[in-house]
Amino acid sequence: MTDVVITGMGATTPLGGDLASTWAGMLAGRSGVVTITEDWAEPLAVRIAGRCAVDPAEKIDRVKARRLDRSTQVGLVAAEEAWLDAGFGLGEDNPVDRDRLAVCFGSGIGGLHSTLSNWDALVDKGARRVSPYTIPMLMTNAPAANIGLLLGARASVRTMVSACASANDSIALAIDEIRLGRADVVLTGGSEATILPLPIAAFSQMQALSKRNDDPAAASRPWDKGRDGFVLAEGAAALVLESLEHALARGARIYGTVAGAGVSADSHDIVQPDPAGGGQSSAMLKAIRDAGLTASDIKHVNAHGTSTPQGDVTEAHSVGRALGSAVDGCVVTSTKSMTGHLLGAAGAVESIATVLALYHRQVPPTINLDDPEDGLGIDIATAVRPLPVGDLAALNNSFGFGGHNVAIAFSNANIR
Amino acid sequence: MATTEEIRTSLAELVNDVAGVPVEDVQLDKSFTEDLDVDSLAMVEIIVGCEEKFGVTIPDEDSKKLKTVGDAVAYIESHQ
Repeated sequence: MTDVVITGMGATTPLGGDLASTWAGMLAGRSGVVTITEDWAEPLAVRIAGRCAVDPAEKIDRVKARRLDRSTQVGLVAAEEAWLDAGFGLGEDNPVDRDRLAVCFGSGIGGLHSTLSNWDALVDKGARRVSPYTIPMLMTNAPAANIGLLLGARASVRTMVSACASANDSIALAIDEIRLGRADVVLTGGSEATILPLPIAAFSQMQALSKRNDDPAAASRPWDKGRDGFVLAEGAAALVLESLEHALARGARIYGTVAGAGVSADSHDIVQPDPAGGGQSSAMLKAIRDAGLTASDIKHVNAHGTSTPQGDVTEAHSVGRALGSAVDGCVVTSTKSMTGHLLGAAGAVESIATVLALYHRQVPPTINLDDPEDGLGIDIATAVRPLPVGDLAALNNSFGFGGHNVAIAFSNANIR
Repeated sequence: MATTEEIRTSLAELVNDVAGVPVEDVQLDKSFTEDLDVDSLAMVEIIVGCEEKFGVTIPDEDSKKLKTVGDAVAYIESHQ
């Protein structure tokens, strides 16, 4: 079976408008969470969010941008950066065989900005004022489809929708596309843009969001006793995956290897994770097995760690159960402490963080962890932590409403 | 009442805003689809924009007949 390697990455997040600034923000332990200053936030119980540091519309042609939902705009920004980072060009400068080029790109909620603004147009001004672009803007596959158009992908263009596991699910699918010989190159990842009154009110009604409005930078605090929910965030991240043969043949820079994926389902509750955590452990164990690794190879876990009261503890115990005694040699972090929760893009941002942690042998910190929950049984980085020399592997966890669990295993094999 | 040239200028700004066509290219003899590369969805936006801008109503059966910039300007002039 061919190795699947990472040759390009891109991101636009609350920490920065590109990969380098996002990674620098993580290493600096900087929070991207800010106060929402618009009038619409005034009556809401939650008035904080992780907003994109750079407005994606600034990086896209004006006429094109007005026909693209914000969730697609951020996806295109991240995808283009990843594509160029891989050493490819666009248009006539794109050397990849289009019939061997695929896109697997996720979104949890889709084009909600477009859905809501056109609903407002319909109610306030009438049916004639609804944009003819509404459907291609709101559809959840729009980010994937527009990235496919940008790159000219013809092998396949697919969208995975599994709430907060959407991006990891997309990466799992991308691995299969290459392993099964359907494509040589896959652009994968996820995007999300839902900082709007309706989703904030709705998540807030579920008691899922932090209400720490007076101290936004301290609001996302995974595993801390003072945590009170996640912080909604927006953005995107993209990875270019290639078969090792294809990457070597063109002399590409290789960041590392996507060694395997593990997928499971809780079948427990539509929103609550199974407190026994069996599904989460199962996903991690499947990823380790799929990668041909053992638990003792896993030196780092980028956790789902959203900063919710129940979820963080369940995951800590699931990691311990999956790794067994090997958990002692494993450094865990939650970069959501800095970015907030990007929902369907979270797995992509955190995959990039995991790949760069292995590449640079540096684990970014979990910030705001002042008073850790008792009995977690995992070693959480509260400052930048070095990883040992030699072979390294890591897991990135994503869990979604609906009971979707997806773990991706990365290794530092094939780096060049 | 706006003159033909005023309507054309105003329409050119609308076409530029919706489809990114340079305003100087929006001349009376130009076909929206053939010459200005305006697709069918952008054309819907332009028609609705004309209704807002010029206070006219352009039913779907009439809008389909507006092939050139001149057709649109003439329609607006006669329905103002």
